[in-house]
Amino acid sequence: MVQKLDTLQETPSQTAGPYVHIGCMPSFTGITSIYPQDLGASPISDGAKGEIVTIRGEVYDGTGWAFRDAMLESWQADANGLFPEQEGADPNVSGFARFAADKETGVWELRTVKPGPVPMRGGGYQAPHISLWIVARGINIGLNTRLYFDDEDNWDDPLLARIEQRPRVDTLIATKIGESEYRFDIRLQGEGETVFLDL
Amino acid sequence: MQDLGPLIPRNRAIHPVPHDPDYKTTLTRSPRLPLLSMESTPSEETGPRFGHSLIGPLDNNLIANFTGGESLAVGERILVHGRVLDENARPVPNTLVEIWQANAGGRYRHVKDTYFAPLDPNFGGCGRTITDENGYYEFLTIRPGAYPWPNRANDWRPMHIHYSVFGHSFGQRLITQSYFEGDPLIDLCPIAATIKDRSQLDRLVAPLDFSKSRPHDFLAYKFDIVLRGRRQTMFENKPEGM
Repeated sequence: MVQKLDTLQETPSQTAGPYVHIGCMPSFTGITSIYPQDLGASPISDGAKGEIVTIRGEVYDGTGWAFRDAMLESWQADANGLFPEQEGADPNVSGFARFAADKETGVWELRTVKPGPVPMRGGGYQAPHISLWIVARGINIGLNTRLYFDDEDNWDDPLLARIEQRPRVDTLIATKIGESEYRFDIRLQGEGETVFLDL
Repeated sequence: MQDLGPLIPRNRAIHPVPHDPDYKTTLTRSPRLPLLSMESTPSEETGPRFGHSLIGPLDNNLIANFTGGESLAVGERILVHGRVLDENARPVPNTLVEIWQANAGGRYRHVKDTYFAPLDPNFGGCGRTITDENGYYEFLTIRPGAYPWPNRANDWRPMHIHYSVFGHSFGQRLITQSYFEGDPLIDLCPIAATIKDRSQLDRLVAPLDFSKSRPHDFLAYKFDIVLRGRRQTMFENKPEGM
C-alpha cells in the first residue's frame, strides 16, 4: 500500500439538458420576473475601445442539422489583449457573454469587441481569439473551442500550431463576410468536425 | 495580476462518456475526433467575476422568487446547501452558483416542455447565489418531481436539480446535476449512467441532512461541488483565486 493522496476529484459533469435556458437565460423562455436581466447579455458596454464586430453561426450535429437548443458562452480579452481585472484592462469590456441558438432557426449571434493578441506564460503571443463553451441536451460535458479571425495573422499561434492535420485549423477560423461581420459555424461530428479542446 | 499557475488537467475518466447509445441524443452530439490538449493559458486561467451586488434578496429562494414573495410554490420544502471546493480541497469563495429545476410535479417552465403535469403559477424554477468566504452556498426550494422524457420507450428522469458553477477561471466552468438520496430512479436513468464509475455517480447524490433541516419548516440536503484546481507548490499556499 502507498500513502493516500488528499487531493479531491472534480465533480462529474452532466448534460445541461434541453431546459438550460431556465437557469442561465431565463428571459429566453419567458421568465422575466426573477432577475432584472439575463447574465452575460453583452460582453461589452458603451465606450469599449476597438473594433466592434458581429459574429453569427450555427452549431450542427452529426447529421448536419443545426441545434435549436444549444447555449454558448464566450470569454475573451479586450482590444489590447488584456482580461478584466488585469492592470490597464478596458473597463467597458466584461469579456463574458451567453447566447443561445435561435429556437426556430438555430442561428446564434455574438456582438463584441475584436480581442487583441494575448501574451503567453513564458513569452510569445496567442493570436486574437475568443474562447467558446457549448452546452446542450446530448452534450454530457461542455465542449471548449476557440474562434480565431481570418483577417489576423494566425501563423504563430501556439494552439493552432499543435493541430497535426492542417486542414482542421480552418475549423477554428471565423470567415469575414462583411464590414466587421464574421461567420463561425461549429460542427460537432463528422465531416469538417470542429477542433475541441482539453486545456 | 500574478500568475496563479496552470489548471490541473481534467481527469476525463471520472466524467460521463460523451457518446453513449443509451442516451440517444449523444450519438449525433458527440465529437468523433480526439480533443486537442495542451497546458492551460491565460484564456482558460482567467474568467468572469460576479459581485454580491448582482444577487437580489430572493434570488436563492425558489419558493418565493417567481412572485416576488407574493405567494409561495407548492411542494416539499427543502434547503439545498453545500460547499464549493477546488481539487486542492480549498474553498472557492465569491463564486456564482446557478440552479434550475422542474416543479413538484416534474414540469418545467419552458416552451419546449409539453408534459401534462401542470405549471405551478407560483414557481419559476431558477435561482442563483454567490458563495461566501468559506465557499458555502444555500438555496430554499421545493423538491422537483420525476418526469418522463422521450428516450427509450419508458424513461423517467430521477428527481434532480441542475447546477451551473463558475469558479474563478473559464477553464473551471462546470454544469452538473444533483440527485436525491434514496431515489430508485437513479439506477434506471441513462443520463446518470453516462458516468461509468459508480463511485463517481454517487458523488452527485445529495444526502438528507438533518443538521440543517428546520423543524416544522423544511428538510435539508447537502451537495458539495469540486472544481478544477491549480498546480501549485508549497510556496503558493493561498486561497483559491486570490
